[in-house]
Amino acid sequence: MAGKTLVFLEHHEGAVQKGSLGVLAKAAQLGGEVHGVVAGAGVHALGEEAGRYGASTVWVADDERLAAPLPQPRVDVLASLVRAEGFDTVLFAQSVLAADVAAGLAARLDAGLNWDLVDLVEEGGALVGKRPALADSVLVDAGWTSQPRLALFRSGAFDAVETGGAAEVRDAAVELEDFSLRAEMVEQAHAEQQGPSIEDADVIVAGGRGLGEPAGFKLCEDLAQALGGAVAATRAVVDAGWYPYSAQVGQTGKTVSPKLYVAVGISGAIQHKVGMQGSGTIVAVNKDPNAPIFEFADLGVVGDLHQVLPKLTELVRARRS
Amino acid sequence: MKIAVCVKAVPDASGGRRIDPGTRRLDRSGEPALSDYDTHPVEEALKLKEAVGDGEVVVVSMGPARALDALRKALAMGADRAVLVSDEALEGADLLATAKAIAGALERESADLVLFGQQSADGDGACLWAAVAERLRQPAISQVSELTVDGGSVTGKRQTEFGYDTIRAPLPAVVAVADSINTPRYPSLKGIMGAKKKPQETLSAADVGGAGESRTSVLALNPPPARGEGRRIEDDGSAADQIVAFLAERRLI
Repeated sequence: MAGKTLVFLEHHEGAVQKGSLGVLAKAAQLGGEVHGVVAGAGVHALGEEAGRYGASTVWVADDERLAAPLPQPRVDVLASLVRAEGFDTVLFAQSVLAADVAAGLAARLDAGLNWDLVDLVEEGGALVGKRPALADSVLVDAGWTSQPRLALFRSGAFDAVETGGAAEVRDAAVELEDFSLRAEMVEQAHAEQQGPSIEDADVIVAGGRGLGEPAGFKLCEDLAQALGGAVAATRAVVDAGWYPYSAQVGQTGKTVSPKLYVAVGISGAIQHKVGMQGSGTIVAVNKDPNAPIFEFADLGVVGDLHQVLPKLTELVRARRS
Repeated sequence: MKIAVCVKAVPDASGGRRIDPGTRRLDRSGEPALSDYDTHPVEEALKLKEAVGDGEVVVVSMGPARALDALRKALAMGADRAVLVSDEALEGADLLATAKAIAGALERESADLVLFGQQSADGDGACLWAAVAERLRQPAISQVSELTVDGGSVTGKRQTEFGYDTIRAPLPAVVAVADSINTPRYPSLKGIMGAKKKPQETLSAADVGGAGESRTSVLALNPPPARGEGRRIEDDGSAADQIVAFLAERRLI
């Protein structure tokens, strides 16, 4: 039913992003013919990795002009490929880059794009996207009225599951429009980062105002390190300059759905809730018994985080060593 | 310099937003308000115009006729004109049909710079600019938190999943700004009084090249999956042990 599916494989520093591989695994599970596409410079080696996650063919667009992660030249590559190979479905994992590629491709191909999906299922012989809307108060069944169908999935919507296959790697044509090359990357500075990013992490430890001061994040960092996870923050503390914006979860930050989300000193306002309520398990530590976070936490701990967290970190470390 | 700012009138959040089960569209019967996210590109446009010393700021929108009330807030902030594409044929327009209508309105304006906010406040969409830039065949930069216009080019700094990008594009260009880029001004009393007298134009679908077809549809609305009842404990000194036991039970450690 999915027909012939193409998955956009985003990569960074020599590895395909976990989110893209998760979408690839989902496509493989839906069945039909599944291809991937990688666009960049010096990225031939990445093609083979995708075979292990369910792609039978990986198209590689390797060109110096694709070195910077800019969307418009990628729209050119994908549009040529979709037209030449007749893909019915094109899937993307949410990112700053992928959202722009998906919307540009939709306009180029006059194709429908459903975004912010958490699942894609076959219902009554048609593909249906599942999209939580209005602060996740309603789950919308989103459909397409024509092909190709384009879909953009929330971060962490699917697990990257290896299927053990091997992909045939083929070269994709690179013919770029003049206007696609007008925007240029002047500089790319990499953020200092240890451990996984919050989009990729299976475990997130998030801190809010209840930490008391910027130095309070040390408690979150220690626990995240012990759990092999990443640290996230609420808008309030990002606005206050306690933690970088790249770690912000919520309405104006990122939407994450890790297996485990530990909310530390976070009240759980709706603006934060919409960014993390898709998490598998939510554990909250807050001294305020009336904090809204307790209404949707799987385990709510009313207590002093300065007491609970160091001890928890110690216990996790002991268990892991 | 002529700057077009694309904005959206959204139902006032204070009334609570809902989807009409009959039409499966957002209920827009409430009071329309300018999306908070869109006050940031309006502010940025006004700052650029003030820095250059002359120019024009035009707000461009698509929506029901009463959306003009919301656009007046942008005029009260200091924008010079408002253009609203409003037509029954565009009701329920999806991303694709909206991009076509907005691009059609922008083609009539031939602005040097087109600005967008970072996302819609009601539909959570965050990619319309890319579809509009594609239709205009112009370069686009998204998620910009620092913007400079220098001679014939625009430079945007932004934060991505991996770090910090600095991207430059020649004008005309499309730029979507993050809400961290500035603090929008409040309209002055004089601005509010003067807003009604500023030019406000309503365009039909035919004026912008005809209504495009939507390629997506809302098939059904369902309640969100319920989370199971959570467990609650008060820390009596054993909370850390209980958390570890809970995580082990769920095979999370």
